[in-house]
Amino acid sequence: MTELENNILEILSDDHRVTAEQISAMLDVDVKEVEATIKALEDRGVIVKYNTIINWEKTDREFVAALIEVKVVPQRDQGFDVIAERIYRFPEVQSVYLMSGDYDLAVTVEGKTMKDIAYFVAERLSPLESVLSTATHFILKKYKVEGIILDDHEQDHRLAVSP
Amino acid sequence: MNIKDMISPIIRDMPPSGIRRFFDLVDEIEGAVSLGVGEPDFITPWHIREASIYSLEEGYTHYTSNWGLPGLRREIARYLSHRFNVDYNPEDQIIVTVGASEAIDLALRAIVTTGDEVLVPEPSYVSYMPCVEMAGGRVVPIVTKADDEFRLTAQALRETITPRTKALILPYPNNPTGGVMLRSDLEAIADVLEDTDILVLSDEIYAELTYGDTTHVSIASLPGMAERTVVISGFSKAFAMTGWRVGYAAGHKDIIAAMVKIHQYTMLCAPIMSQIAATEALRAGYNDGYEDIKRMHREYDRRRRLMVKSFNDMGLECFEPRGAFYVFPSIQRTGMSSDEFCERLLQEQKVAVVPGNAFGASGEGFIRCSYAYSIDALTEALKRIKVFAEKYVR
Ligand SMILES: Cc1ncc(COP(=O)(O)O)c(C=O)c1O
Repeated sequence: MTELENNILEILSDDHRVTAEQISAMLDVDVKEVEATIKALEDRGVIVKYNTIINWEKTDREFVAALIEVKVVPQRDQGFDVIAERIYRFPEVQSVYLMSGDYDLAVTVEGKTMKDIAYFVAERLSPLESVLSTATHFILKKYKVEGIILDDHEQDHRLAVSP
Repeated sequence: MNIKDMISPIIRDMPPSGIRRFFDLVDEIEGAVSLGVGEPDFITPWHIREASIYSLEEGYTHYTSNWGLPGLRREIARYLSHRFNVDYNPEDQIIVTVGASEAIDLALRAIVTTGDEVLVPEPSYVSYMPCVEMAGGRVVPIVTKADDEFRLTAQALRETITPRTKALILPYPNNPTGGVMLRSDLEAIADVLEDTDILVLSDEIYAELTYGDTTHVSIASLPGMAERTVVISGFSKAFAMTGWRVGYAAGHKDIIAAMVKIHQYTMLCAPIMSQIAATEALRAGYNDGYEDIKRMHREYDRRRRLMVKSFNDMGLECFEPRGAFYVFPSIQRTGMSSDEFCERLLQEQKVAVVPGNAFGASGEGFIRCSYAYSIDALTEALKRIKVFAEKYVR
C-alpha cells in the first residue's frame, strides 16, 4: 500500500461521497491520479463496495438478528474456507468471521421473526455435515456497527463564532 | 450616581470585540453555516473524558495546589522536553492555568507596569492587546504581511524596539493567519533580542498543528532563550479540550512564581477534573506516540489543502498557511472592506466568516475562515462562498 492509497482509503472509509476532485485537493494530488488509484483499489478488490450504514431500528422494517457461534470440523486441505462459504452464501447471513477460541465461526443472521432464525439454524446450518454444534444469541440492540455509533447524540455544541 | 461613570476608564474605553459583534450578527441569521469558530470540531477523545469521569466517581472534587497537580506539571515538563526540546523544571517553572487565556493574562500582569511597551505582531489573537492594557502597558503593534507569510521579521522587530519595550508576544503558529515561524526566522529574532532586556511571551497553543515539512520550533529551545521566554500553551487545540479550560505556562522560576502569586488570589487553581483529564491526555500521548493528535492533524491537513485550493480557484488569493486551523484569504479583488464582505456574505449566502480586522487593523482586506469543520460542512460553505465570489471578484 502506498501512502496515497492509505490516505484515499481513510477518506473513503469515512465518507464515500467525497469526490475525486475533493480528494485531489485534500491530498494535493492530481485528480487523474486519484481516479486511477481508486480504480486500481476497486480492481484489486481492496475497495469492495460503497454502501450505506442504516439504523434499521429507526425504520418500520421488522427484523430480528442473531449471533450464532458455530463449531465445525475443518476440512483437509481447505481448512475453514469451504464451510464458511457454504454458510455465507445464504442471503440471510449478514457476516461470517473465523474466530480464535471456543468456537470457530461467528455468524450473524437476520430474519423477519425469531421463527425465521430458528428455522435457519435448524434446517440450514445444523444439517451441514461439518457443523458440530451451534449456539444462538439473539441481538437485542445494536449500538455501534462498523465503527459507527448508530444513535450518536454527540452534537456540535460550539458557538457559531469564537476567537 | 451614574453607574456608567463608575466603570474604570481602562475597561470603559476598551473597544468592543469585533468577534463578539459578528457573533451577534450571525446569531440572527437562520440556516447560516459558519466557518467562524476558533476551536476544534472534534470532541475530546473518549479516554480523556473517561479519566475525568472516573476521577469524579473517585471523589476528586477538591482544590489542587496553586501551581497545579504535581503529576500534571511533570507530564507537561516531559511533554515540552520530548516534543519541543524545551526544558523547564516541573517543581518551580511550570504553572497550570485556566486555559492559555489565563496564562497570557498572568504573564502580562506579572511583568508589565505602567508605561511599559509590549510588542505584538498583527494580525493576531484578540486577547493580547486588552490584557496588556489592563496590566497598564501599551501595545505596539508590528504589522506582518502576506508577502512574508505573516512572519515577524527581525527588521520589523528592530524598528519597533524602544527603551520602554518590556516584552514581545510571539503568537505562532498564528491565529488568524496560520503563519508559522521557521527555525531560521526565530534565530533572527533571537539575535535581535540577545543584547536587550526584552522578555518573550510565546503563545504556542497551536504548536501541534503545523503542516507539510514544517514542524513547530519553540523560541525557548534556541540557545540562551529559555530564561527570557515564557512558553504559553494548553490543551484546547491539540487535544480538542476548549471547554475544559486548562492550559499552562513555563518559564523562569521568578516569573512563574510571580504568576502563581496572582493566580492564587484570582483563580486559586484550575478545575481539578480538567487537570486530571489533561494529565491523561499527555500520559496517553507519551505512551502511544500522540495518536489523538496525529489523527486530528491528518484531517485538518486535508481540509487545509481543500480550503487553500478552493479560495485560490475563486480568485480570493490565499497564501498556504502552515499552522493552526485557519485560512486567511485576501478579499482585495472584491473591492470590499472586511466588514462589508463578511456582512454581505452572511446576508446573501448565509455563511459566517470573521473579518480580518477583528485581529488588528492590519487584518483589513482579509477574512479568517476556520477549517475546524467536517468536509461536508466545508463543502457546503465553499459552494456558497463560490457563488458570492463569482458575483463580486473582479
Ligand atoms: C492564539 C491563541 N491563544 C490562546 C487561545 C486561548 O486558548 P485557551 O482555550 O487555552 O484559553 C486561543 C483560543 O482561541 C488562541 O487562538
